[in-house]
Amino acid sequence: MIPLSWYLILAAALFGIGLFGVLVRRNAVAILLGVELMLNAVNINLVAFWRYGDMATMAGQVFAIIVFAVAAAEVSVGLALVISVYRRRNTVIADELDMLKW
Amino acid sequence: MTGEQIIFLIVALFTLGSALMVVTTRNLIHAALWLVATLFGVAVIYALLNAGFMAVVQVVVYIGAIAILFIFAVMLTRKDLRDNTPQTNKNWWAGALVAALTFVGLVFTLQSWSGFSKTASAVPLGFDAISQLGEQLTSPTAYVLPFEVASVLLLAALVGAVYVAFNKK
Repeated sequence: MIPLSWYLILAAALFGIGLFGVLVRRNAVAILLGVELMLNAVNINLVAFWRYGDMATMAGQVFAIIVFAVAAAEVSVGLALVISVYRRRNTVIADELDMLKW
Repeated sequence: MTGEQIIFLIVALFTLGSALMVVTTRNLIHAALWLVATLFGVAVIYALLNAGFMAVVQVVVYIGAIAILFIFAVMLTRKDLRDNTPQTNKNWWAGALVAALTFVGLVFTLQSWSGFSKTASAVPLGFDAISQLGEQLTSPTAYVLPFEVASVLLLAALVGAVYVAFNKK
């Protein structure tokens, strides 16, 4: 059997990689890719705690499904913002988007 | 080491390797395709955790919708696929340090918890996770309110995305 710790360490590593992407990437789309990795790490944790805890209360899976919905909403609005910014400023590099009002 | 553990290790290494490629590749289309690989790895992890429905939803929603949306966004926001400018900002070492410290901190905090190396109890005979999930998501005594709020959130995101990305000219 696989101990719970393996899943938790995998999720922590995936979260760290996603955080690295968010902090380091210059392209706004790539930053959103990092956010997706972090959300997936959280979902692994939630499903693992469901499996290793009380399986009859489906709390872990329900939470993970809500995270799916929130991730879909976040990505659709985030990418719409990126495309809108690209239309106006002709760039998606986060460093160059330094004006509060255009 | 049992077969299940070997499968887990292979899938985990594949997932982490493709996640590293997502954050380090220069070409963003390739990064989005590596994200698809990572999401497949996570779907296999769900299957290993006896959460078959989550694995299917992961493939349908994440790979079928979100990853394709990323590929479209990459194609709509670049002039030249062969981008020669640096893809990471000049403080990348600080970002790597923060990410590594977060990982070490998480593992350090977790290993001081008593349930850290707990093993799973066997799935009860006749336990049907999908019907349980469906009942709890629509039961007023369980999670019907978060479920409905999530649907309102998706509607708001749909309207917001159309409004924000709409070309007014």
